[in-house]
Amino acid sequence: MENTINTQVRADSESQLSPNSELLLQLKDVSVSYSPDKKAVQDVSADIFSHTVTAIMGPSGCGKSTLLRAINRMHELYPNIKTEGEILLKGENVLDMNPMKVRRMAGMVFQRPNPFPTMSIYDNVLAGYSLNNIKLNKQEKDEIVETTLRGVALWDEVKDSMTKKGSFLSGGQQQRLCIARALALKPELLLMDEPTSALDPISTNRIEELILDLKRQYTIVIVTHNMSQAARISDNSMFMYLGELVEYDSTKKMFTKPKEKRTEDYLTGAFG
Amino acid sequence: MKDKLFKYLLFGACCLILLLSGGIIYALVSSSVEVFSHFGFFNFIQSTEWDSQNQKFGALPFIAGTMLTSLLALLFCIPFAFSIALFNGEYFRGTKIAAVVSSIVDLLAGIPSIVFGLWGFYVLRPVMVDLGINAQGFGVLLSSIVLAIMIIPYASSLSTEFISVVPNELKEAAYSLGATNLEVIRTVSIPFAGSGIFASFILALGRALGETMAVTMLIGNTNNIPKNLADTGNTMASIIANQFGEASGLKLSSLIAMGLLLFVLTAIINLIAKYIMKLVNK
Repeated sequence: MENTINTQVRADSESQLSPNSELLLQLKDVSVSYSPDKKAVQDVSADIFSHTVTAIMGPSGCGKSTLLRAINRMHELYPNIKTEGEILLKGENVLDMNPMKVRRMAGMVFQRPNPFPTMSIYDNVLAGYSLNNIKLNKQEKDEIVETTLRGVALWDEVKDSMTKKGSFLSGGQQQRLCIARALALKPELLLMDEPTSALDPISTNRIEELILDLKRQYTIVIVTHNMSQAARISDNSMFMYLGELVEYDSTKKMFTKPKEKRTEDYLTGAFG
Repeated sequence: MKDKLFKYLLFGACCLILLLSGGIIYALVSSSVEVFSHFGFFNFIQSTEWDSQNQKFGALPFIAGTMLTSLLALLFCIPFAFSIALFNGEYFRGTKIAAVVSSIVDLLAGIPSIVFGLWGFYVLRPVMVDLGINAQGFGVLLSSIVLAIMIIPYASSLSTEFISVVPNELKEAAYSLGATNLEVIRTVSIPFAGSGIFASFILALGRALGETMAVTMLIGNTNNIPKNLADTGNTMASIIANQFGEASGLKLSSLIAMGLLLFVLTAIINLIAKYIMKLVNK
């Protein structure tokens, strides 16, 4: 049963998920377990194409964040969590790569804005470089900070308070700063874990606009529990339930004609 | 009714403690007045003489001895306490081995001062002699090493607390940017926990300043300003412990004045540490 779903998903992805872009990320039978007998994510396979926004939806506890965090190997910070399967980023299995390199290639934005409180706004943007001991001269630094902050539409708001601490900003600004911090390293992929769940509607709106804008340069995978958000911003959507990838299709198709009964029930609010 | 009675009981107990502390301070101050008025406050703390025959007393050698041994002990304790804090609060947080290490360190805090003194006297002092530090082994270096061991638990257990409360989301943010474990500690954990760690070392310094028994047994008890680490000396606490029994008159007053100085010094140090911690916890 599972296998049939998976093959179906992959067959679909080739025809409909990739309007005209190349394959960037391939998940092959990815499973994540917190304890040996219980899998939080079970045999998920999916292809993700560049310059798309892919939303991962599902009720809480369905494993959507767990799947996202498997991609940049965040689970390795916790010794009990095991990831199996293959995760190919530009054809290379991230599970065989140096984790530091993987994490530089796949930036991450978290649920709650988490700028480094001891660093200034300027240093927060450059944190990826300082943390990796990449030396830059003043001019390069200024340039990266300005272009990145312009990219997340924060430059005009903070250009006169570069030396202030990141925590001085509002929640929405902090989250855009965190996006800038992730983008400063020019990653291949941006992973977002419910990035607007701690924000007010106006800030949420700005982040959503930003995501649509960033799509031109980056590939984004975003976890969201907000269906209308997924509908607004994503090209393709995954629906996960109890650790399984139930359906993966173009967002338009999933929201109008879902293939699976469970997806339909979730989207119409029957559960979740 | 019972509630009210209990309330008054608690209130009474608190008042008693306040009265007692007030009484101790009063006793210290009133007995010190004699020496301060006789020599003058600044003369007393600047004079190096300690002469019972001619009734001339000065506190400088002991203030110097106290500062030197305590600061040296702090210096020796930093690398060890810091390593333990990182081990327990960061690398092995929440694991069995961290629990074992922290209970052993706590055990160290429970060892009576006199036992440390004995160990220093019979075990470490001969080592000092063998190393050729000085003829008998006594002195500032020996006391500082033993003091350092004594204050490690205080510094490390508090620092561990501060390091382990660094929010996970900040560490994850750093890891997600490709940082290594060491980088996360250097650029996230330590800056975040920094003032707390600083405060715990200040508190440990406060402990070292007042420590009496072990130092009295190991420092050599000579009334001079120590010229180097191998030299013998006395601390404010050790001179009091050594001489209070046979002191009277002006000498007794000098010893009590020294006790007052020590009390004020440790109180200030503790207040500074508490203040920093309060700022951190905000």
